[in-house]
Amino acid sequence: MTTVAVKPATMAQALTRAMRDAMAADPTVHVLGEDVGTLGGVFRVTDGLAKEFGEDRCTDTPLAEAGILGTAVGMAMYGLRPVVEMQFDAFAYPAFEQLISHVSRMRNRTRGRMPLPITVRVPYGGGIGGVEHHSDSSEAYYMATPGLHVVTPATVADAYGLLREAIASDDPVVFLEPKRLYWSKDTWDPEHPADVEPIGRAVVRRTGRDATLITYGPSVPVCLEAAEAAQAEGWDLEVVDLRSLVPFDDETVCAAVRRTGRAVVVHEATGFGGPGGEIAARITERCFHHLEAPVLRVAGFDIPYPPPMLERHHLPGVDRILDAVARLQWEAEG
Amino acid sequence: MTVMEQRGAYRPSPPPAWQPRTDPAPLLPDAEPYRVLGTEAAGKADPDLLRRLYAQLVRGRRYNTQATALTKQGRLAVYPSSTGQEACEVAAALVLEERDWLFPSYRDTLAVVARGVDPVETLTLLRGDWHNGYDPHAHRVAPLSTPLATQLPHAVGLAHAARLKGDDVVALAMVGDGGTSEGDFHEALNFAAVWQAPVVFLVQNNGFAISVPLAKQTAAPSLAHKAVGYGMPGRLVDGNDAAAVHEVLGDAVRHARAGGGPTLVEAVTYRIEAHTNADDATRYRGDAEVEAWRAHDPIRLLEQELTTRGLLDEPGVEAARQDAEEMAADLRERMNQEPELDPMALFDHVYAETTAQLREQRALLRAELEAEQERNDAQEGGAR
Repeated sequence: MTTVAVKPATMAQALTRAMRDAMAADPTVHVLGEDVGTLGGVFRVTDGLAKEFGEDRCTDTPLAEAGILGTAVGMAMYGLRPVVEMQFDAFAYPAFEQLISHVSRMRNRTRGRMPLPITVRVPYGGGIGGVEHHSDSSEAYYMATPGLHVVTPATVADAYGLLREAIASDDPVVFLEPKRLYWSKDTWDPEHPADVEPIGRAVVRRTGRDATLITYGPSVPVCLEAAEAAQAEGWDLEVVDLRSLVPFDDETVCAAVRRTGRAVVVHEATGFGGPGGEIAARITERCFHHLEAPVLRVAGFDIPYPPPMLERHHLPGVDRILDAVARLQWEAEG
Repeated sequence: MTVMEQRGAYRPSPPPAWQPRTDPAPLLPDAEPYRVLGTEAAGKADPDLLRRLYAQLVRGRRYNTQATALTKQGRLAVYPSSTGQEACEVAAALVLEERDWLFPSYRDTLAVVARGVDPVETLTLLRGDWHNGYDPHAHRVAPLSTPLATQLPHAVGLAHAARLKGDDVVALAMVGDGGTSEGDFHEALNFAAVWQAPVVFLVQNNGFAISVPLAKQTAAPSLAHKAVGYGMPGRLVDGNDAAAVHEVLGDAVRHARAGGGPTLVEAVTYRIEAHTNADDATRYRGDAEVEAWRAHDPIRLLEQELTTRGLLDEPGVEAARQDAEEMAADLRERMNQEPELDPMALFDHVYAETTAQLREQRALLRAELEAEQERNDAQEGGAR
């Protein structure tokens, strides 16, 4: 048996490949945004698309996020499948009115007659040393808006698979790309992408018996690292990667929590009003009698995103996760 | 000479020659709103078109008074009237071909009706039984847009997509004077001009954004002048002169269809009624101003032209009135029927595929409805 060596690919490359393959497969797929054409995007995620498909398919727009998403709405009305890039999380805010007042509601408003198959790609999260407005975790805003799917990959393979699914979806998808994982590598074979699962399924990244870490996007590798470190403390931790915040996979999450009886939700977004509160409530409502301890949250502090030289104190790290695990009322056991 | 230059280390070169990117002169609007009725230009207007416009204006006015009456009877939750603005509403619909698209704001239900959409379906939003009643694709009319100016980038995107596909489709987007202050107005016009999208922007300057007069809205010479900053032509037209509005919009549509790009048209008109039935216009404007505009009524202007030229007689006026009355009677009768409401439909179109969470919530509502039904049945049983 011969082993074919597969070159490691980065998450950014997998995302590019997903758009390229979607554009090749479907002539209605159009990419638009700031600097996505000639430059290939500030993170190079659209690298080569304008060259391969022409500027009508991968378009440098004027610098105006509401205009980008607003025109994408019109393009979708005419049968195109726009993939828009918001350059950074905090630069997506000007497009909020279009997203909330139209993109999320058009299907409902028109009783299904005018769906808007738009993918809104948003690089998000911190840990890259970005100055203000370049590191926000804005997922809670999107999650609170009915009509949107909210998806975020944590692995190279998922970056490809979930983006293909997002582009193929007849619903609008906010596709959150963890920027600090753009350069993460994996031996992923673009010629043979693994079977793509539909949006809405969480996945257990690591099985464990003692407690379940529930996380997504940039915090998945941190949780896996924490789980490794926890072994030294004698804890066997399970890690669930949500992949999709909306729709939310209650089934997978609850099954994982019931197995261990303890749960910690981990994310970069602020804790108050953040996704963790919703997730903890859902677990408590469904798994109360399986819980040995309250569901805890490890989140960013309830502060404006800190300057880069201080961000390491804000972001959930291994130690803060292990501290939370330690507070899961182990003494009450036995 | 600076020290650097004396040392010979710095030799300033002249900057590359600067040229204006577009000659602004042809883009400028006329000094006065363009008029046809009562001028020499009227003689060149197509009599059949004038008669069609007249019939539609009379219908439009009747539609406005009927819809306003329906709010007083509680049949509409709210109605933003376009009384006094019928020339703009009707002309916007009539200049478009079937394959073109209309992007109305919430005050433009008359334009939607004039385009051929069932008035009951058009008024669904304002009755409140759903957010939109008609099939946008069937009529090529976008849903009425309530957030100001947000429909303008949609029109640009649709027109751009059509052009990319090689279809000679034009989008006409409607907005008010207040809407021109919104960021989406700016972004839409800029995208349209950069992409040379086949779009016509019709601004109905009706004098007020609810209570705020134009003077507090803009310091521009006119709203049409804003076009020049984007590199597209701006046209200023008398919005109560149906023939002039039709001509100017028609020119803009042909220009767009021929690949000439977008046009901004400012139609100067007046909102005769209050903002909606919930507004009190006496708090911010005087009767004299309203009366002056009533004298410049779009129907009267056209009627005078047609009768002076012998194109309309008393039976013709009566026929138009009769036609409008029939439309109003039909609208009244159908709006007086209770709309069919299905609470379970609230969950049907949130997503293409209903999520597990929404399925749970749907079951909750179904149980509530069943309990309500049981209580009602029990009460009826007890009453018997």
